[in-house]
Amino acid sequence: MAVTALLLTAACGGGGGSADAGGVTLTYALWDDVQQGAYQQCADAFHKANPDITIKISQSAWDQYWQNLTTQMVSGGAPDVITMQASYYPQFVANNQLLDIQPMVSADRIDLSQYWPGLADLWVKDGKRYGLPKDWDTIAIVYNVDMAKKAGVDMSGLTWNPTDGGTFEKAIARLTVDANGKRGDEPGFDKTRVAVHGIVPELNDGSQGQNGWGDLAVSNGFTFIDKNPFGTRYYYDSPKLAETADWFRRLADKGYATPYDKTSSLGPDTMLNAGKGALGITGSWMIRTYLDSKSQKFAFAPLPTGPQGRKSAFNGLADVIYAGTEHKDAAWKWVKFLGSTACQDIVADDAVVFPAITSSVERALKAHKAAGRDVQMFVDEAKAPGGTFLLPVSDHGDEINQIVSTAMEEVWLGQKDARTALTAANQKVNALFSGG
Amino acid sequence: MTTATLTKTETAGAALPRRRRGDGRVALAFLAPVLIGFAAFYVYPAVRGAWYSLTDWNLLSEPGFVGLDNYAELVRDPLFWNSLKVTAYYVVLTVGMQIVLGLGLAALMHRLTRSLVLRSLLVVPWLVPSVTSALLWMWLLDANLGFLNHLLVSLGLDNQGFLTSPELAMPSVAAINAWGATGYTTLLLYAGMLLVPQQIYEAAALDGTGEVRQFFRITLPLLRPILAFVLVVSLIDSFQLFDAVAVTTKGGPVDATRVVYYYIYEEAFTHFKMGYASALALSLVLILGLLTFVQMRLLRASRSDLA
Repeated sequence: MAVTALLLTAACGGGGGSADAGGVTLTYALWDDVQQGAYQQCADAFHKANPDITIKISQSAWDQYWQNLTTQMVSGGAPDVITMQASYYPQFVANNQLLDIQPMVSADRIDLSQYWPGLADLWVKDGKRYGLPKDWDTIAIVYNVDMAKKAGVDMSGLTWNPTDGGTFEKAIARLTVDANGKRGDEPGFDKTRVAVHGIVPELNDGSQGQNGWGDLAVSNGFTFIDKNPFGTRYYYDSPKLAETADWFRRLADKGYATPYDKTSSLGPDTMLNAGKGALGITGSWMIRTYLDSKSQKFAFAPLPTGPQGRKSAFNGLADVIYAGTEHKDAAWKWVKFLGSTACQDIVADDAVVFPAITSSVERALKAHKAAGRDVQMFVDEAKAPGGTFLLPVSDHGDEINQIVSTAMEEVWLGQKDARTALTAANQKVNALFSGG
Repeated sequence: MTTATLTKTETAGAALPRRRRGDGRVALAFLAPVLIGFAAFYVYPAVRGAWYSLTDWNLLSEPGFVGLDNYAELVRDPLFWNSLKVTAYYVVLTVGMQIVLGLGLAALMHRLTRSLVLRSLLVVPWLVPSVTSALLWMWLLDANLGFLNHLLVSLGLDNQGFLTSPELAMPSVAAINAWGATGYTTLLLYAGMLLVPQQIYEAAALDGTGEVRQFFRITLPLLRPILAFVLVVSLIDSFQLFDAVAVTTKGGPVDATRVVYYYIYEEAFTHFKMGYASALALSLVLILGLLTFVQMRLLRASRSDLA
């Protein structure tokens, strides 16, 4: 009996937000431990302005984050406010787990034009709004400064095409060094014994190829989906994508990149940090990981210009409210605060990610500059007209991810040619939508 | 003399116990902790699982009854059949490695040394949590930065994608887990060997039988019940492969290590298809039950040649 009573009390105490002494405690979930400090400052500032509301931050790593969230929703005790990623939110909307905040946005006359163009609309489905933007990211080349200097490679203004790879491939070849010190573009280069690979591509990159093949494919004229967000027809069978995938695979054939079956499972940043590669393609959320590295000196360069221009993936996060929260008003207040300059300026000064509010972005740039980090190209890419594309957002994100990444693996391993593998994958993907 | 008689009568008394009332209740009280645990953590979830396998539950929505749809889908699902295939491949590899290595080590210990230190050292890898050992080996076997590849390259050989090439990934995972489990298997087999009466070996030695012949003619046949037990346990155990795959390969490259447990996990917690995952899990229960039954039959495990 006593045990049961104890369990019951524990179960009650474990619930999301509990009201104590007239005050409210909100749980706020995020995955990036690097950003936790900045958001704790936001939480403290918020608590000062609203003494009756306390924010409890709950952080868990990306790999566990989504699973934890689902389990918590099943048990009815999910965090009141949740950091959300655009490709993950449709499944929660489909199961009625997120609160429509459009009525509050209208009532409080939130100025949606203060956010970076395009970000706020990502979170609208069927006239309902589910989140306020918090930050965004773009993609750039990261390269080893000393290696580039030694090779005499100029990383600015590179070009690329899927046929001969343009000056981007020339740079990669030049940066590749074999065991005898011969470079990839010199006669006598031994592609079987490479000491430093010119590029460490992130090929195992889901269904979007955000860190590489997706960006180059779009710069080659590829479009992911008929309508974004919430299209229902994907175009993975496009020859533009297949050409791009083939180009990436040829890099390994030429010895400029590690063959896929001999790629480290520890990720490109580990490889680059170990000095085993000269350049990679990465997102702005990795700025600190690379520029604060103690083993190598890195710098960023804009992505190469493809046949259709320079195209960077553009993605954003938002704060959403759990539909099962007991404190809707308090949760909205917190989300409103997170989406305001008051909090986003704090995030900007912390200089980890670029905040969603346009004016705060300049502040983040200044903070980076003060710390000696040159990250201007990420913002330039975001500002360039037609320079970015939004990552596809649709239903069935998880299944698409698995289908396309398996097909891509078949291409990287040379088991199937890109056209065949991707056409088959595209049929499976589109069947998900026709099947309901 | 008196003592002997006494013992005899006592033994006789124990062999023919008089029925005492209330025994059942006392027994129940002693069994209760286990029974409650069994009911709460095995029977109840199993029954719920059986029910979910007939629904389209996705964790967040209300489960809706769909009859045998999940099972029909399962039969047509190439990934399910592939997962069974790679699991079987893994089981053969890892159980084979464990038994062969375990037998060898146990025989060495049995015939050469009774050192307690050695025996304890053998189980050390088994004491390492499997996630830790998987992580450790993931680093050691890494295609570019791993120590093993560093050795290969310094010997003038090519580096190998132990966990990243479709051919090597599964053997590597099997070897990692065999590394962890062999010590335990060895101990079980060693204990079994100690049960073989010493006189048989002495007699064989008098007849001039060599060590190798003794092993195959005496140790192995008399070890059968223990071998059967080890085989069944390690078979069921290795069917449940999950952690090493989740840590090192995540089912890749191209489904080469997407074993059935990992597939069930993905369907349930990545794709939230709880109903379908339950159907997968129940099919696995069926397969495992059948396998165990066949094995026990084939090996006549309950009977020993020593009796």
